[in-house]
Amino acid sequence: MDFIGCDGGSTDAGPYYLGSGKPRGPREGVKRNLRLMLREALKADIPVIIGTAGHAGGRPHLKWTVEIVRELARENNWHFKLAAINSEIEKETLAQALGRKEIAPLSPAPPFERDNILNAERFVAMMGIEPIQRALEAGAQVVIGGRCSDVAIYAALPVARGIPRGIAFHAGKILECGAASAVQRPYPDCMAAEMDQEGFTVAPPNPDLHCTPQSVSAHTLYETGDPYHLVESGGTLDTSDAQFEASDNRAVRVTGSRFVPAAKYTVRIEGAALVGYRSIVIAGIRDPLVLRQLDRFLSTLRQVVERKIAENLDLTTAQYTLNFRLYGRNGTLGDVEPEMTMDGHEVGLVIDVVAPSQALAADIMPIVSHTGLHNPIPEHQGLISNFAYPFSPGGIDAGPVYQFCANHVWELDDPCKPFCMSLEDV
Amino acid sequence: MRELWEFTKLIRSKNAGPFELTFDIMFKDQESFHHVLHSGVLTKERISELYQVGVEEVRFFQMDKLFTLKITIPRKVFSGDVRDTDVYGGQFHGPLVQVPVPDFSTAHQEPPK
Repeated sequence: MDFIGCDGGSTDAGPYYLGSGKPRGPREGVKRNLRLMLREALKADIPVIIGTAGHAGGRPHLKWTVEIVRELARENNWHFKLAAINSEIEKETLAQALGRKEIAPLSPAPPFERDNILNAERFVAMMGIEPIQRALEAGAQVVIGGRCSDVAIYAALPVARGIPRGIAFHAGKILECGAASAVQRPYPDCMAAEMDQEGFTVAPPNPDLHCTPQSVSAHTLYETGDPYHLVESGGTLDTSDAQFEASDNRAVRVTGSRFVPAAKYTVRIEGAALVGYRSIVIAGIRDPLVLRQLDRFLSTLRQVVERKIAENLDLTTAQYTLNFRLYGRNGTLGDVEPEMTMDGHEVGLVIDVVAPSQALAADIMPIVSHTGLHNPIPEHQGLISNFAYPFSPGGIDAGPVYQFCANHVWELDDPCKPFCMSLEDV
Repeated sequence: MRELWEFTKLIRSKNAGPFELTFDIMFKDQESFHHVLHSGVLTKERISELYQVGVEEVRFFQMDKLFTLKITIPRKVFSGDVRDTDVYGGQFHGPLVQVPVPDFSTAHQEPPK
């Protein structure tokens, strides 16, 4: 075994973590996993490479992860050289790069002018293999990276040791989801690959799991827009001629992947901007008479509450969002739901309010929920209560809401330039 | 008529980054793969209509060795935006599962060009 890699994050869970600077815990779970990796790596005297620390790879996420590693070293009397690679980019740095025309949009991309940058909450650049290689060259045994390309975590060391990029990057793509490339993954687990000059062989370390050519080739296309071309910093992994063969009944040999270098070296930029604060209420609707006129019911409710919100809180509809999410109809797919008829006997309504402050969202919510509770329908004469609230209090303050505000690449002369590294002996 | 899932072993959707959605449709065997492709029920036009994106925005990848059709579209609402309904994009494949597909006997059997 030459090293242990760990992909610590993703944009999958949305923009909240990058925007808020909060790591995605639980801290004890992360500490437990880091303990196992560090213990085994120190025993075997090999590096540990952790990418996208703390889930989003910003400065607070990196700090959080480094602190856990230091704590583990203290508690276990472990000693090693630790490298922390920052990937958070100052807004002014990015705005200047934009001014120098070093930033280009991918598709689809949100607007990205100087003001968009300065008004956003946080940006990270996604490092390729080079900053990780620099940390290893500097003698680090434990490398903790901010935002990293998933693939780079696993390709950095092999490429430094002479493995062709096409092979190392493809192995990295397979390894980044751990045991996801096994035939069945009853619980999250690890994956191992052995790389050489001609290809790599992948097999799960857990003897209960196994890989087949089908499971590994299927994973090559997981979460990628294009199954044959994976764009990475410095070039594209081309797997269109890749061959997948069973080495034995649980290992798969992969050959034929190529790396096509890019004319320019670019890194992806990710950013999150604050858009408001959310409060929600969950309510069940079971009355068939309400359900059969639900659209009308909700549109009259909306009219009434918009007027009340304007009168009571002096807010126009442009200043907040009121979204009725109807589970049982199109709660899952929203506007693209093709089946707008409701066959069920109940609907789950989530009243979703996003306003400029948490206090305002929390003020708007009871106006909507209480007006809706007693909103009349012609078939019932007298005061009715239309919403079944499962909880008291009904309203839940869900905190700040962010949005991804960049889908861009940044052209760099030096792949390491924006990624400052700090080294320490722990 | 049958439904698409009867010809597949996996239909899934997932974010390909926060700005795109990708669908993986893996067929049971070569015969099912060619039958569905040839029946014309899964086309760029059909996907464009179902997911309300432009035909030119729909990317199709026919993966013959894997009996797999991969389709990638831009997200109309980016992952996690205020009006997003599915942050991971994991349930957008729902309407595809029951796309009507003609029986084997009622369609051509030869592989598409």
